[in-house]
Amino acid sequence: MAMTKPVLLEVSDLRTRFHTPEGTVFAVNGISFHVDEGETVAVVGESGCGKSVSMISLLKLIPTPPGDVYAGTVIYRGSDLLQKSEQEMEDIRGKEIAMIFQDPMTSLNPVLTVGRQISESLRVHLGHSHELAESRTVELLELVGIPDAARRVYDYPHQFSGGMRQRVMIAMALSCAPSLLIADEPTTALDVTIQAQIVELVARLRESLHMAVIWITHDLGVVAGMADRVIVMYAGFIVEEASVEDLYDSPSHPYTMALLGALPRVDRRRDQRLKSIPGSPPNLLVEPRGCPFAPRCDFVIEKCRQENPSLIQIGNSHSTACWVDVKTGAPR
Amino acid sequence: MSDSTALVEVQDLKKHFPVSRGIIFRSRVGLVRAVDGVSFSIQRGETLGMVGESGCGKTTVGRTMLGLYPATSGNVVIDGEDILHARGKDQLRIRRKAQIIFQDPYASLNPRWTVNSIVSEPMRVHKLFASDKERSERARELLRFVGLSPHLLNRFPHEFSGGQRQRIGIARALASDPLFIVCDEPISALDVSIQAQVVNLLEDLQDQFGLTFLFIAHDLSMVRHICDRVTVLYLGVMVELADRDELYENPLHPYTKALLSAVPIPDPRKDRARKRTILTGDVPSPINPPSGCRFHTRCPIAMDVCKKEVPEWREAAPKHWVACHAVTGG
Repeated sequence: MAMTKPVLLEVSDLRTRFHTPEGTVFAVNGISFHVDEGETVAVVGESGCGKSVSMISLLKLIPTPPGDVYAGTVIYRGSDLLQKSEQEMEDIRGKEIAMIFQDPMTSLNPVLTVGRQISESLRVHLGHSHELAESRTVELLELVGIPDAARRVYDYPHQFSGGMRQRVMIAMALSCAPSLLIADEPTTALDVTIQAQIVELVARLRESLHMAVIWITHDLGVVAGMADRVIVMYAGFIVEEASVEDLYDSPSHPYTMALLGALPRVDRRRDQRLKSIPGSPPNLLVEPRGCPFAPRCDFVIEKCRQENPSLIQIGNSHSTACWVDVKTGAPR
Repeated sequence: MSDSTALVEVQDLKKHFPVSRGIIFRSRVGLVRAVDGVSFSIQRGETLGMVGESGCGKTTVGRTMLGLYPATSGNVVIDGEDILHARGKDQLRIRRKAQIIFQDPYASLNPRWTVNSIVSEPMRVHKLFASDKERSERARELLRFVGLSPHLLNRFPHEFSGGQRQRIGIARALASDPLFIVCDEPISALDVSIQAQVVNLLEDLQDQFGLTFLFIAHDLSMVRHICDRVTVLYLGVMVELADRDELYENPLHPYTKALLSAVPIPDPRKDRARKRTILTGDVPSPINPPSGCRFHTRCPIAMDVCKKEVPEWREAAPKHWVACHAVTGG
C-alpha cells in the first residue's frame, strides 16, 4: 500500500449506455478511479451494477451498436485508450491488459487444444516461432499449477475440470506478462476449495510478475484478504471507495453497510437475523434522478430523492457518495 | 442413530447411475456411485445442513430421499411412513408431507404457466379444496405468506426477478401443507442482498408452520447461520455430522477443516492472519472412487491404513460423528 507507486490506469467520468428496443439502459454513469502499478483493486457490486460493463468499456470491447461509450477518458500509461484505433487496441489487449472471465468453458474454444489457444497470443503479440511458443506454453501451464503440463497442452477444454480450465484461462492471460489483469468474477462458478486455490494462485503470480489486478466480484468475503483497495458500485455509480481495512472497519455508504450486514459469518456464532436489503436493484432504463439507492436506504432524507450525491473524500483515500454521515445519521 | 422422535429418517440410502456407451449396442461401462450409503435423521422443526463440493452427491441425496430419483437401495421414513416403497394412494398421501425448493429459480418454473397454475398445481395433484376458485384463493394467501402481492397471481414467471421467482417456488412448496422441505441450494443463484431476504423468509415460515428443513448448500457461512446441525458429504458418503457450533469450532475430519479454512472471512486482518489448508486437485471421479477412505488422495494427513480400510462412522464426541482413521477419542 505504498503511496508512491506510479499510477497505471486512470479512468475519469466513464459513461456507457445501451440503446435497446425498450429504451436506453444507463449501465455506467460517470465513474472515475485509478489503479496503481502492482496494486489489487476489487470492484464489488450486485449483478447489473455495471462492474463488468465498465471494464469491458475501458478495453473498447463494447459492441457498438447497441452499446455506446459516450463520455470519459481512460488514461493508460499516459495515453487515452478510448481515442485509440481498433488496431492499436489489439496490441494492448492481451499484451498490456489481459482479462479473465467468470465462465471458463464459454471463453475457451472447444475445438482447439488449450496449447494452441495459449500459444496464439504468444505468436501474435510477441512474434514467437512455433517451437518457442510451444515451450513457453508448457512453462505457463506449469506456472499456474497444471500437473503434467507437457502432455496436457494437447488436451481440449472439455478434458479439464472447472478449476483447471480457470487455470488455463489465467495462463492465457499471463502469456504476454501483462501489466494489468482484469479478473471478472473468476471464482464465482467454482467451489470454495477451488476458489481458495485460484485466489492464492493470482496473489502469488501478482507478486512474481509485478502485475496490477482488478478483481470484479459480488462477494465482499473473497476480496477481504486479497485486495489493497475496494470500489463499491451500485446502479452504474461508484458509491464508496476505500482501502480494504477502512472499508471493512468503517463502511460509510449505507449500501456497503447493508451488503456487509447481509453476509453471514463462518467465524462467528449466530447472534441475530441477517439484515436484508428491502426491495431490488433499480431499473436502469430510467435515467437516474436522485440517489439510486434512496428507495432501499435506511438513512434516506429528502435531499436524497432530489439530488444524486457525488463522491466526497471523508478520509485518507476513503470516499463515499452519500448525503448522510452514517455514523451520526446527520446530513453532511 | 435411530431416533423415534425424528420426523425424517434416512437409512443407508444409495443411488447409483449407470454409465452407458454406444448408440445402437448400448452397454453399461460403469457406475456412478453418486450416493453410496448415507444415513441420518432430522428432528421435528430442525434444520439439517448438508455441505460439500460439487459432485459430492448432496443434490442427489435430496432428490432421491423424496423419490424424485428411484433409489438404488435404502429406506427413507417421513413422519413414520416409508416414502420410497409406498405405491398408489399411499404414495401420494405420504409425498404430500415432503416438498422441495429447487436451486435454479429460472429452470424450475414452467414459463407457460401463470403463477396461479404453478402454485395451485400441488393442490390439484393432492385434490385439496373442492374447486379451482378455492385453490386460487389459497394461492393468493400463499403469495402473501412469501411476501408477494396477491395481485401478481395471473402473471407469468418471466415477469419476475430471480428473488421473486424463488418466492414463487417457496409458495409452491408450501401449497400441499408439507411437514418437511428439502431446500436444494435455494439461494446460490441469487444476489447477496436478495439471499438474506430469502433466508429470513425461510426462517419465518419455519417458525410459523413448524417446518423441518434439509438445507443443501455449498455456502458454509450461510449454513452456519441457518442450520441447527450440519453434515459434510464427500463423494457420496458422509464424513462428519455435528451440531452447528461444534462442527464449525471443533471440526474433526481433515476434509471439513479444509472446507472451513477455504471460506473467506469478510474481515481483512482476520482473513490474512489465519492458516489455510488448501486442498490440491479436484474431487476424484465417483465412477471409481478411491479405495479405503475416499478422501485419502487429497488428505494432508493420509496414512497407509487410509488407502486400505474404509474408516468407521463413529461418535468421537457426544453427538459428534466422524469417519476418519486419524481421529482419536470417542
